[in-house]
This record gives sequence, C-alpha cells and structure tokens, in this order.
Amino acid sequence: MVGIVLISHSNGLATEVAALARQIGGAHVPLAAAGGTEDGGLGTSPDLVTAAIKEVDRGDGVVLIPDLGSSVLTAKLLQTPDDVVIADVPFVEGAISAVVAAGGGASLDGVLAAAEEAWHVRKL
Amino acid sequence: MNTQFFAAWIEEIAAAVRAQRDHLTQLDAAIGDADHGANLDRGFTAAQEALAGASPQTPGALLVLVGSTLIRKVGGASGPLYGTAFREMGKAFGEAAEISPAELSTGLNAALSGVQRLGAAAEGDKTMVDALAPAAKALAQAVRDGLKPEEALEAAAAAAEQGARATVPLQARKGRASYLGPRSVGHEDPGAASTALLFGALKAAASR
Repeated sequence: MVGIVLISHSNGLATEVAALARQIGGAHVPLAAAGGTEDGGLGTSPDLVTAAIKEVDRGDGVVLIPDLGSSVLTAKLLQTPDDVVIADVPFVEGAISAVVAAGGGASLDGVLAAAEEAWHVRKL
Repeated sequence: MNTQFFAAWIEEIAAAVRAQRDHLTQLDAAIGDADHGANLDRGFTAAQEALAGASPQTPGALLVLVGSTLIRKVGGASGPLYGTAFREMGKAFGEAAEISPAELSTGLNAALSGVQRLGAAAEGDKTMVDALAPAAKALAQAVRDGLKPEEALEAAAAAAEQGARATVPLQARKGRASYLGPRSVGHEDPGAASTALLFGALKAAASR
C-alpha cells in the first residue's frame, strides 16, 4: 500500500488533518504526520519527515503532501524519483483524496492522480 | 583559500548572525513569521558544533557538512535554501585543498543554481536571490578583471549589500512574504539581508 506523509509547519495542523483523513479514508492506510520542529515549534524538521517516510514506506512508494514554504522545500530535498513523490495539492482536500485512494489499493500514480483531483472539487 | 579560511568564514557568519539576530527577526516580523534571526542563529551554532566534532579536511567537505547541518537544524525555509547553497558550493570544490577566487566564483554560481532550482525564485522576487545573484556576478567580474582576492570579496560583499537594500521597494513573489501581496512593499527582505551578512563575513574572514 502507498504511504502518505503530511508535512506542515504546525504539528497540530498535520496531526489533525491526518486524523480527519484517517477517519474518512480508513485506519489501515500507512499515514504519518510530520509537523513542526523537533522542539514543538512552528517550522519543518527534515529529520521528522525522514522518520515519517520510513514509518509509512511499505515498498509501494510514498506520497508527500506539504502545506507551504519550508514544508515544500523540505519535501523537494527528500523526494526520490519514482519512489518518494510530492503531491502539489490543497493540504486538507488533497490529504483526504490521497488517503482514500491509497486505502482502496491505488498505485503511487493513482494516489497522486486522486490527490490532484482535489484541485477541481468545489465546495459550492 | 584553504579549509582554515572557510572555517573562519563560518565563525564570522555565526558571530554576525548572533549580533544581527534581533534585526533579522524584526525584518521577518514585518513580512514573514518572525523567526529568521533565531533560526539562522540555531543553524550556524549547530554548524560550528558539527565542524568542531568532525574536523573536515577540505573546503569542500567543510561546506557540505555546514550545508547538511543547516538543512537539519534551521527549521524554516532558509534551512533547505542555505543548506543547499553550502552543499552545492562544497560539491563544486570537490577534493581541492586550496580554492582560488575563480573556483570560489564557480562554487558561488553552483550555490545560486541550487537555490534557484529548489526555491524557483528569480531576481526581483524579493528573496535571498536578490543578494546572492548580484554577489555571484560581482565576484565573477572581479575574477575576470584580475582583482586581488580581498578586493574581489569586497566587491561581492558590496553587491550583496546593495542587492539586499534594493529589495525594499519590491513586492514579494516568492516565499512567505508573497502571501502579503502589496503589503510586502517597503520592507527589506530578511533572506536577502542575511545573505548580505554572509558575504560581509566572507570579506571579514579574508581580512583576518
């Protein structure tokens, strides 16, 4: 199953979006939140993100979903071709779409495509 | 310029960042998230500790270690950006024990390319690139003109300083400040300001 890592400046934001996505997409999806710095402040920790990637990697690839700024730059540093890839998507909606797709057994490309669909889902 | 010179550069940067920590944070408070001074202070302090622990033997190895430490420890966008800059410069130096101004210029261009590849910023976007790119150009010109190393570094530092000041009237198109739109106008970009500090420190290391 494809793993998913939510990368945010805020530990609270990443953790709660993960909880929401897990509730909708299923508890069986390998999903980790990597938010904030190691000392609990606002920011991004490459070490936390690296640990999260290892935690969710089941051999089928990992999708990184960053929020903004240093989260995106950290994701770009840690991506690897065809294995650990970035989804450039809205954080909340993209996370939910990705988790639902991964839970349904989609491939890495399938999960990325599902996350991208979040751009086109309007609320009104 | 040998390993000792580059170690002196990192010492000068750490001292300058510590001295300007509150100023950098104030700049960042105006158009960002008010952590630039604290983040860089933490990063360069960690870099000095890493150097003391590992004692790298070449300028290239030293700069790669500094870059890797910044990536891990800074916590803000400047970590991956400055970290990439130092790593790319270090990689460009290879195994050389002594770096000429021309090689420094090549390394600086590699650093600039790395930063632009990662951050996708162009000159005029109100980012560190607005100080880094003019400094790289000034150093390349100084090398072509055959200036002495100290004069070449002086020219690079002046160009970085001027580039940072020139960010004041710009509207940010990249980075956190870009979310502010027109409200980012009228403030010096913190990343460009800290880049100017780095080049001031390079000049200071050369005049030791």
